[in-house]
Amino acid sequence: MREKLIYLMGLAAALMLVRNLYVILLGLPDEADQGAIYRIIFFHVPSWFTAFGMFVASGTASALYLARKKQSYDELAVATTEVGTVFVAIGLVTGMIWARIIWGIWWTWDPRLTWALITWLVYAGYLMLRRAIDDPTARAKNSAVLNIFSFTSVMITYKAIDWWRTQHPAPVLSIRGAGGAMDPAMEQMLYLNWLPMLMIAIILVMIRMRQEGQQREIESLRRMAHAV
Amino acid sequence: MGYLRQVLTICGKDLRSEFRTKEALNASLAFALVILLLFSFAFDPSSEQINEISGGLIWMAFAFAGALILNRSFARELFNDCLDALIYSPVPGSALFLGKALASYVLLLIVELVSFPIFGLFYNVQWARKFGWLLFVLLLASWGLTVVGTMFSALTVNLRLRELMLPMLLYPMMIPALMSAMQLTTVLIAGQDITGDNWIWVRLLIGFDIIFTALAVAFVETVLVG
Repeated sequence: MREKLIYLMGLAAALMLVRNLYVILLGLPDEADQGAIYRIIFFHVPSWFTAFGMFVASGTASALYLARKKQSYDELAVATTEVGTVFVAIGLVTGMIWARIIWGIWWTWDPRLTWALITWLVYAGYLMLRRAIDDPTARAKNSAVLNIFSFTSVMITYKAIDWWRTQHPAPVLSIRGAGGAMDPAMEQMLYLNWLPMLMIAIILVMIRMRQEGQQREIESLRRMAHAV
Repeated sequence: MGYLRQVLTICGKDLRSEFRTKEALNASLAFALVILLLFSFAFDPSSEQINEISGGLIWMAFAFAGALILNRSFARELFNDCLDALIYSPVPGSALFLGKALASYVLLLIVELVSFPIFGLFYNVQWARKFGWLLFVLLLASWGLTVVGTMFSALTVNLRLRELMLPMLLYPMMIPALMSAMQLTTVLIAGQDITGDNWIWVRLLIGFDIIFTALAVAFVETVLVG
């Protein structure tokens, strides 16, 4: 059942991405100021949305783990964090390519960019801490606490765009109260492209969770074999 | 025994054992001095720009030296299973945490207050023109560094790689506090008052201290006991 769901979602995401690419590359006109490169926004912004979504899910899963102590919450936390970290990397790389074309530089130490990089490092630290702890219960518990600490940096990254006036553009989407700054057709395309990306993220999370569960099973079998 | 007494007892115990050996204190001070020395090769130490980057320099040194103190905070209890004894004692986890944090705080402040005049001497900087405000920033930022550091010291105490893991986890998380401290220290060393735009850094520091103290006190019991 779960297997089928994964394949079905994958197929739907692939079809949607093909259709979106067609519209993005051939349907939509070039942007007035930026020309063709603006199209990267359809991947840049949705990957940040996805990353934020993953980290929110991961933080919630960790809080739930601490409250209920069920291993499946820990599996969800690690799966979402790993996928979130990948999407942060996609967001950073697409942002850097865009910056190279428009600003002429790969990177600038602007608060928004800096916080995004910090978030990435903070979650890399979380994943490293997990690898360093052998005992599954201690690993789940300690990394859950660290995850809750880490979430503060996600919140700062999300708000950095409002707090500091920076080189990175201020919000252009209507959902963040900037109504009308972006062409409605383009904004709609952005959400349409987010959907398949989110679906891919969910597929990865599901696969990763299953792996985590199987790994835990193998570990406990191995311990049992040792005991015998 | 009241909560405050428990905190102070733990803090007193840590400070007493530290002052008897001076392990962490000496290492941390020496390390801070080495870093200050190294900076003199990274740029021309007599130039005018030293005033502009002094806050950044000195806080880099404090952050590195502080990690040495914080690493020891819980690790010193590993011998003879002292950590288990402390956890089984009737002291609540948060009191244990606050006591340890307070002890590291005192040690860190000692290192900072010794390093500042030395920094001033070597780099020819008149650092004490706004001493009151500087102390205020020092107190706030060091508490932020200590509270997060002590918490992560508890998180990593049982790891083989704890000397590596602590800085790796600590520095990215510390950036809001370090950034504010660097900005404010640079302004204060230049002899200016904290005005207008710079108050946002003070607010950030206070917010950082409150949020992370609350988070640490709330979760330290989970980390230590389970």
